[in-house]
Amino acid sequence: MAELLPLRDAVAMLVRDGDVVAMEGFTHLIPFAAAHEIIRQGRRDLTLVRMTPDLIYDQLIGMGCASKLVFSWGGNPGVGSLHRFRDAVEHGWPQPLAIEEHSHAGMANRYVAGASGLPFAVLRGYVGTDLPKHTANIASISCPFTGEQLTAVPALRPDVTIIHAQRADRAGNVQMWGIVGVQKEALLAATRALVTVEEIVDVLDPVPGQVVLPAWTVTAVALAPGGAHPSYAQGYSERDNGFYVEWDAISRDRDTFLRWMNEHVLDPSLVR
Amino acid sequence: MTSARSAEATLEWSADEMMTVAAARRLRGHTTCFVGIGLPSTAANLARAIHAPDLALIYESGCLGAKPDRLPLSIGDGVLADTAVSVVGVADVFNYLLQPGRIDVGFLGAAQIDKFANINTTVIGPSYERPAVRLPGAGGAPEIAASCGEVLVVIRQTPRTFVERVDFVTSVGHGAGAGDRARLGLRGAGPRAVITDLGVLEPDPETFELTLTCLHPRATVEQARAATGWPLKVAGDLEITEPPTPQELAALRGLEATLTA
Repeated sequence: MAELLPLRDAVAMLVRDGDVVAMEGFTHLIPFAAAHEIIRQGRRDLTLVRMTPDLIYDQLIGMGCASKLVFSWGGNPGVGSLHRFRDAVEHGWPQPLAIEEHSHAGMANRYVAGASGLPFAVLRGYVGTDLPKHTANIASISCPFTGEQLTAVPALRPDVTIIHAQRADRAGNVQMWGIVGVQKEALLAATRALVTVEEIVDVLDPVPGQVVLPAWTVTAVALAPGGAHPSYAQGYSERDNGFYVEWDAISRDRDTFLRWMNEHVLDPSLVR
Repeated sequence: MTSARSAEATLEWSADEMMTVAAARRLRGHTTCFVGIGLPSTAANLARAIHAPDLALIYESGCLGAKPDRLPLSIGDGVLADTAVSVVGVADVFNYLLQPGRIDVGFLGAAQIDKFANINTTVIGPSYERPAVRLPGAGGAPEIAASCGEVLVVIRQTPRTFVERVDFVTSVGHGAGAGDRARLGLRGAGPRAVITDLGVLEPDPETFELTLTCLHPRATVEQARAATGWPLKVAGDLEITEPPTPQELAALRGLEATLTA
């Protein structure tokens, strides 16, 4: 059953140095508050898994939390580059970052396989591209029934998956809606699961398009209103497009970035 | 024609606007369009505003049939979910809608494109491990390029972007030329047109090499050649694009104004 915990305690309990950590949320419901707590707690040597690293992993990478990134699209959506990610790949700052690169279809299927308890997923993908030359775990496989050549990718099984959702009830059942991305699959693929939520309510009133994750699939729930900012939580907040644009300038320069992180993330008064 | 000519005389428009309008015009007779963010999203929404109101826009965020009244900054903006016929998970979009060939046309951007319309959005430079420029990567593009009925690409034409061979094949266009898509088992027809700020290139029906088939007004063949990193072939019956109409320009500017609002 999911435990209701303060965010600080939940992160301390569930995220360890060296873990494979997936923090999902496809543009919507990105768990920034949890990432900031990971940064404050100084986790190191993480393998970060996420389809679209976005600003959340730009921050974790720039703060030296990650030694490896598994991803499929590493840009600032609608704006341009992720400068901290690029600085790590191009110049090894603040430390070298190993990368394992896939396509969205490949990543989504890897989560599906993980959530399904299967060792790998099969798809029509990657064929003719240069990705298999550089990413070891993309393999060709023939269909046992027809002999058709297809592509296999191994299951993703994160040590911990962290997502942000709109609501949970007091038993720890989690409810989210709007763009639901791959959060369900990423959460069910993981050994431990942390969900931050906008609010905790007595009863989860049904919402069109909702996904409800039963409490027994979740390790811990932490209250973090506004915890998806600068992304958004449908029904609670709007995407802060202006901040995504501003991040380009903040993140371009190492000192400006560190100053921003000191003021907005590391300051002890920000702990939830 | 007369009205278009007089419009050209009275309307100021940029090469980028011409590119987006020309790209939007190519979305005709399609039912479903898989939309990449940036230029493709602008062009697809312009097509919906002008001549393709029923075109179902599919975004990889899971928004099916989105009808945004403003341009989304990202493929996951709330306006896409709010206006969609259905919002599904990302795995569902790729597995149930794209992979079986249910999407008519894929609309992609690129950082580099080569003479067989292969697309690079991964790295610039000879080394993947130590790239000169690290680009965002694949996203949904490899499978969009593989599995949509056909593909349109919109990209500004410069010697940096139009190269003989891409540094990295992120998404397959026509591979090494005629017959390559079939050999690779790719089921969609691949890129049918590449729309640029100078004109439109289409694969030669026999060799599949990109050939200049349309030139935008004010652009020249010499300009297009100079902006292409291989000896550019020009169609014998080279067409000249109609300039943007006042209606197209007003719709485009109306859409773009919503981005900065």
